[in-house]
Amino acid sequence: MFPERLTFSIADAVNAWVDALVTHYGDLFRQFSDAVLSIIVALEGALRGAPWWLVLIVIVAIAWHATRRVVPTIVIGALLFLVGVMGLWDKMMQTLALMLVATSISVLIGVPLGILSARSDRLRAVLTPLLDIMQTMPSFVYLIPVLMLFGLGKVPAILATVIYAVPPLIRLTDLGIRQVDREVMEAVTAFGASRWQKLLGVQLPLALPSIMAGVNQTTMMALSMVVIASMIGARGLGEEVLIGIQTLDVGRGLQAGLAIVILAVVFDRIIQAYGRPRQEVRS
Amino acid sequence: MSRVEVERVYKIFGRRADEAMKLLQEGRSKADVLASTGCVVGVNDLSLRIEAGEIFVIMGLSGSGKSTLVRHFNRLIDPTSGTIRVDGRDILQFDRRTLRDFRRKTISMVFQSFGLLPHKSVLDNVAYGLKVRGENRADCRERAVHWIEAVGLTGFEHAYPHQLSGGMRQRVGLARALATDTDIILMDEAFSALDPLIRAEMQDQLLALQQQLHKTIVFITHDLDEAIRLGNRIAILKDGELVQVGTPDDILQNPADDYVERFVQRRAK
Repeated sequence: MFPERLTFSIADAVNAWVDALVTHYGDLFRQFSDAVLSIIVALEGALRGAPWWLVLIVIVAIAWHATRRVVPTIVIGALLFLVGVMGLWDKMMQTLALMLVATSISVLIGVPLGILSARSDRLRAVLTPLLDIMQTMPSFVYLIPVLMLFGLGKVPAILATVIYAVPPLIRLTDLGIRQVDREVMEAVTAFGASRWQKLLGVQLPLALPSIMAGVNQTTMMALSMVVIASMIGARGLGEEVLIGIQTLDVGRGLQAGLAIVILAVVFDRIIQAYGRPRQEVRS
Repeated sequence: MSRVEVERVYKIFGRRADEAMKLLQEGRSKADVLASTGCVVGVNDLSLRIEAGEIFVIMGLSGSGKSTLVRHFNRLIDPTSGTIRVDGRDILQFDRRTLRDFRRKTISMVFQSFGLLPHKSVLDNVAYGLKVRGENRADCRERAVHWIEAVGLTGFEHAYPHQLSGGMRQRVGLARALATDTDIILMDEAFSALDPLIRAEMQDQLLALQQQLHKTIVFITHDLDEAIRLGNRIAILKDGELVQVGTPDDILQNPADDYVERFVQRRAK
């Protein structure tokens, strides 16, 4: 038995801190929450309001633009059509909206942080253990305070998703920029390029495959969060899986699970295609 | 006034550079300094002058500090102490903006493993220096096309570096440096990665271009044949110290010490 007098718990302190946060800054968090919510609602409304064939055509067009190959494009279209056949189109649109917003927020946070971390070894030394914590901490642990601050629904689901999904993007952006050939950077410096010219003209384009791999990871991790997110009120395919579990309806759960996998495949193909260096696509 | 004046430059890599400096000034060797402070001596109390319009070759074995030294001339590396003047201006006093301007307009560089941008075409690579300093597209293109022709790469404007052979890539590197029309060109082992035939060809091309252009070229090499072929004057470096400076004839007739003598004898065989 571990001696009682040596035990020490941070639980009370943390609880007090979160309570204080909720009391004093609750309104602020709500305002932020409402702003994010209005974006999601608008996007979700547009996706669900648009005719299914229009959405399908747009996604297939993006897939064609990304891959420039006939077979993958047709397969992507067919898979999405299959989701509609299973009667899950509307749910998929809800999940898609959630995913798009979560991924966009992740990119907005992850890419700049990755760039900064590639510049400074000190920042990286601080960031690395933080990212490790974000990735390994069970998501329910931060779901509770996020719930207390933002209430039930889509916004906490998205924030929880971002916390879980953003680390690989930061890491891979950092890695991609650090891996740019040292002599290329030296040459660019020797010709008098400014910091921005280096970043936009050389580092980001050369790091693009790595960054896109990060975006890909982020979307995959975000998708794996949809079921957990549905427990705090996010609608969509995750909700279907949850209902399947709760009512022991294996078939229904499986269908929704398949739809999530299909969404993952579609995202994966499109993002990977954009991550390939352009001159190789051309030749 | 010489074009480039280097005065008593030291470059020490490592955390205990101050201690290492003291030891060096007491006359200790590079190996001693490394053993007692863990610092690597790159350049050791080196002074030299490079005149306008000459090809000045800096020669030495690998590890002799020649690549480190040449990177001081455009401040890719800053010295631990000493002064460097280009056209009479102390380049170590430049702030970030002045330095950028200096690199854009006064000095350009060719690299051993080319340093080309893999995601840009030959045309865009050659125009890079011009684009960076904000010249308009039409000018960039025109000048780039001109220099691509001058180095004999016409027809490859839209190829990417990975589609070219080593010799062709270095022609792109050379055209990129020439296109900026800077007075000074640094060439860090520019031809060392090329096979002997292509290398001789590139040397001829450089000499032919120099006859028209009269640039100040600082050429780094580890090969005495190349040094003698190209250089108006040759500086020989050992362990970051200058051993001898002179015309190719000086070096061949009166080697300053054993180190230089060994280079010369190996050539005679």
